Amino acid sequence: MSRAALLVLADGRFPAGGHAHSGGAEAAVKAGRISGAASLADFCRGRLQTAGSVAAALAAAAALGIDPVALDRAADARTPSPALRVAARKLGRQLMRAARATWPSAELDALAREFPKGAHQPVVLGLAARAAGLGPVDAAYCAAYESVSGPATATVRLLSLDPFDATGVLARLAPETDRVVDRAVEAARRVVDEGVDALPAGSAPLLEIGAEIHAGWPVRLFAS
Amino acid sequence: MNSSGVRSVATIVARDDGRGGTALPVLESDGPLALRRTRGSGAEARVMLVGAMSGPLGGDHFTVRARVEEGARLSVGSAAATIALPGQTKGEARYDVRLDVADQAELHWLPEQLISAQGSDLYVTTRIELAATARLVLREEQVLGRVGEEPGRLTSRLTVRVAGQAVLDQELACGPGAPGGWDGPAVLAGHRAVGQLIVVRPEFAAEPVPARALGEGASVVPLAGPAALVTAVAPDALRLRRLLDEALASLVRM
Repeated sequence: MSRAALLVLADGRFPAGGHAHSGGAEAAVKAGRISGAASLADFCRGRLQTAGSVAAALAAAAALGIDPVALDRAADARTPSPALRVAARKLGRQLMRAARATWPSAELDALAREFPKGAHQPVVLGLAARAAGLGPVDAAYCAAYESVSGPATATVRLLSLDPFDATGVLARLAPETDRVVDRAVEAARRVVDEGVDALPAGSAPLLEIGAEIHAGWPVRLFAS
Repeated sequence: MNSSGVRSVATIVARDDGRGGTALPVLESDGPLALRRTRGSGAEARVMLVGAMSGPLGGDHFTVRARVEEGARLSVGSAAATIALPGQTKGEARYDVRLDVADQAELHWLPEQLISAQGSDLYVTTRIELAATARLVLREEQVLGRVGEEPGRLTSRLTVRVAGQAVLDQELACGPGAPGGWDGPAVLAGHRAVGQLIVVRPEFAAEPVPARALGEGASVVPLAGPAALVTAVAPDALRLRRLLDEALASLVRM
């Protein structure tokens, strides 16, 4: 395994389209629920523990070689908002293009054929990690970190928040991110014996509701 | 799990009586879970869940099972809100609901709110298995704390399967000791009442409901399957119910 491959996959400049999405931050800023570094930290913590933990477990399970079609269905059941399902599949398709070009793999090819409109992004992420010679822990770290780095970067643009403050938020979430990853990998390993019901299912009502409100805006800075 | 808690399992079986109505061959109350048949309407049998004692307390484990057999129609409500309270001992309480709805059968599961009182610790699981042509209306409402009170710890997992395929699997955890951020801007943002309403109908497979937001605190969405989900947050139980009633009325009209 190459540790450097993890840096390539986790790099914000990896051309997978993530910069166009705010992870719900744009809707939360508009509603006045994110107004500075403190509320951004609270937002990110909630997202990490819900959508982030689910994404981390899905990515870890895909990296372990669990059937990606079953994982994609499990992702659908854990994503009631159709706006968020569409966003996850768009991101999955973009990541798929970048990953196939970077780490050609028969498993990625097969998943791309199965889901021409894109599979859920964390599932693609897990398979991309696998293709890059990385393991479930690496995949879970990428997914968990992305669940908070996206909103933090977006909030810098939305609120003109000081980038140092945004990065400080991410740094202070690091110990909690470690714990989320540990639990996600543990759950992913249970999926091997127990099936996808062993995946976490943390939900965040305001992320779900906010995504539908956001999808109805005529003009937005971010796609989701 | 504390062995000194109360274990209680109540069971309902609803069956097409062959004369255009629904019979209840099994209606088993148990300890604090008391079931009463009340007057139904048309083909539907109606059951009221009556809390004969308060609860669940820490260490208790309650289970309610209902099976609606082919062609039967059952509606279940509760006489009052369920209040999760702290027990004598520190153990977690569990409340499990298991619902099975066969082809051509219909279940309306519309209990009153679950109130998480300060110091309580409750884990609720609701698992619903529906056959391909089964129909369901289910409401779940959680109120975090009685008036002016901090909530207890409450975790609720809701899983709905249609023809063996999960269409919804969600877990909401809140209160002291829940994973961080539960009261923050991504999850509840200070709202003290949260609820879901799920409507499953075979027709939704071909004609899914259009997704829409209902104001700032609720949305109606089509799930990946023949189902629609309403998610709502509100400052209190009354306003939550108003949102869910409004959403249900709009879904029934469709």
